[in-house]
Amino acid sequence: MNWVEILRTAGASLVAHRLRSALTVLGILIGIAAVVLSVGLGLGSQQQVGAQISALGSNLLIVTPGSSTSTAGIRGGFGSASTLTVSDATALANRVAAPDIAAVAPEKDSSQTLAAGSTNWTTSVIGTTDSWLGVRSRTLADGDFFTATDVENASAVTVLGSATATELFGTTNAVGQTVTINSQPFTVVGVLASAGSNSTSNLDDEAVMPITALANDIAGGSTRNSVSTIYLKAASQQTLSAAYQEADALLLNLHRLSGSANADFTISSQNALLATVTSVSKTLTVLLAGIAALSLLVGGIGVMNIMLVSVTERTREIGLRKAIGAPPTAIRRQFLAEAIALGLTGGLLGALLGILGARLLPTLLSTTTPVIVSAPVVIGAVAVSMIIGLIFGVYPATRAARMAPIDALRTE
Amino acid sequence: MTAPSTTAGLPRTATPATRPVIELRDVTKTYSSGSAAEVQALKGLSLSVGTGEYVAVVGASGSGKSTLMHIIGCLDTATSGTYLLAGENVGSLDEADLAEIRNERIGFVFQQFFLLASLTAWRNVELPLIYAGVPRRERQARTLAALERVGLADRVNHKPAQLSGGQQQRAAIARALVTEPDLILADEPTGNLDSSATEDILTLFDELIGQGSTVVVITHEAEVAARAHRTVRIKDGLIVPRHGDGGVTHMVGLTR
Repeated sequence: MNWVEILRTAGASLVAHRLRSALTVLGILIGIAAVVLSVGLGLGSQQQVGAQISALGSNLLIVTPGSSTSTAGIRGGFGSASTLTVSDATALANRVAAPDIAAVAPEKDSSQTLAAGSTNWTTSVIGTTDSWLGVRSRTLADGDFFTATDVENASAVTVLGSATATELFGTTNAVGQTVTINSQPFTVVGVLASAGSNSTSNLDDEAVMPITALANDIAGGSTRNSVSTIYLKAASQQTLSAAYQEADALLLNLHRLSGSANADFTISSQNALLATVTSVSKTLTVLLAGIAALSLLVGGIGVMNIMLVSVTERTREIGLRKAIGAPPTAIRRQFLAEAIALGLTGGLLGALLGILGARLLPTLLSTTTPVIVSAPVVIGAVAVSMIIGLIFGVYPATRAARMAPIDALRTE
Repeated sequence: MTAPSTTAGLPRTATPATRPVIELRDVTKTYSSGSAAEVQALKGLSLSVGTGEYVAVVGASGSGKSTLMHIIGCLDTATSGTYLLAGENVGSLDEADLAEIRNERIGFVFQQFFLLASLTAWRNVELPLIYAGVPRRERQARTLAALERVGLADRVNHKPAQLSGGQQQRAAIARALVTEPDLILADEPTGNLDSSATEDILTLFDELIGQGSTVVVITHEAEVAARAHRTVRIKDGLIVPRHGDGGVTHMVGLTR
């Protein structure tokens, strides 16, 4: 009996028990779809977080202020103190003291209302230096970025995020227009290209200006020289740790601190963040896929269950096939083929459902996290479904093959 | 596949054959079912059936008639004694070899027809040839020929449920014929049929004998046994002697 006949026979008997076959296939289908989707979701979130982190700029070190302690003894979290100053940033930019730091961009943030004609929009105003564009890996959609001279002169110029420009000026070209911030007129010299959003803020909704202008015209007072973050760019990935050492030593020295334990600042790197997030997301993926694999196992047991029922129910058919000359191997192959066909059908339909689900899921859950269906996962899942059919089909098939023909024929 | 040319050239009337299809010598069969005492179903039975013979095996239930049918049909093996089927000793064969013997040499006809409900008459008849590994083209020709012989050529695409009892049994006979076996073994072939269908089937058997087939029919119906050329009566695991000849007889025609 050749394989064509075996497959034909297996197909015919599966079709003869449509409902039962369909329900068994459903078990495998759900398992495979769950595996494809959960792995896809894990890969998707991994990729998304990775993209967000690298959107912050590559080879980046982020210096944030340490914690503060109020007079009442209440300790704030990291970043609550205003220990970092413009002079820290200037010192870090010194190529002699810190040769591995290629560029420095201090950031001073303030939430302000921007007005243009009758329109107003509240957004985050960032005061920084001319090196910000390169350090943060941003590009301009229109106009120019402010210059070192602008920083020196505290020029009243600003560069708007793409969303901010649209909110204030609609479709009109924002470059050359004037916005009023804190009663001071600022000239829009450029518009940033869209960079999307990270987990904490919308990178397209902001207004960037010289840090000196922000200090003079908006912030003022005692906090005029403090900065909220200093971004450092290392020359390359290889010099990142050297840059870290230099920045740490320099800041400790400037703040007159004895050691890293007493540091009133924190230096974090993108790589550490990326590694943490990736490992968390990997753990999550494994967990999800593990649960999905369990459901697949349940599906496999379903195949075995139905095959055992099928063998018992078709005892007479087996007896007759044996009487007219089917050898035990032919009977075994027939039932194995049925079990594999059940598994494979479930696998193929499950993969299809997974691919379809991957397209619909982000919309259904209204998230931007993509579900990535990769070919190796789909092929692997289909192969696993076949193997499950095979493994869970062996016992029922062997039972059928071992049945004595007279006992089988006697069954009423 | 064996298509014994020896059967084809035989005269229409069955005569004592020179070459026996079935040769049983001192065959016993003992069942040991768990705690119960051993049951000896056959107690040293000897029987010879020649090529082209038409033999009826009769006996009450529990006589050993079914056991004899299973051994003749190679569905079971004897505990002791020898069984030669078409000259081949089948006593020591394993299940796979027995399956091959059944496929090539024996055509079964059962009381319950045992057609597979999900398959058409055509597919049911084709089945033994599929297990024999006959190529598709030859399979089609032989399946059609077998269905024509039983008069079902116009019902090939009907499923068993769409056929009458008599037609189902004719399809089953076509399935038995399709491999051109040495022996057609029928177990109560008319047990589930009305009298007109019974007559149809018995006429078909007569035709098959006329064409040179060897038929052994197990029955408890006198009407069926009367059509055979020879009747073998089983009682308590042995053949009941007739005319004082010791139980094994080749005197075809005298036992009617």
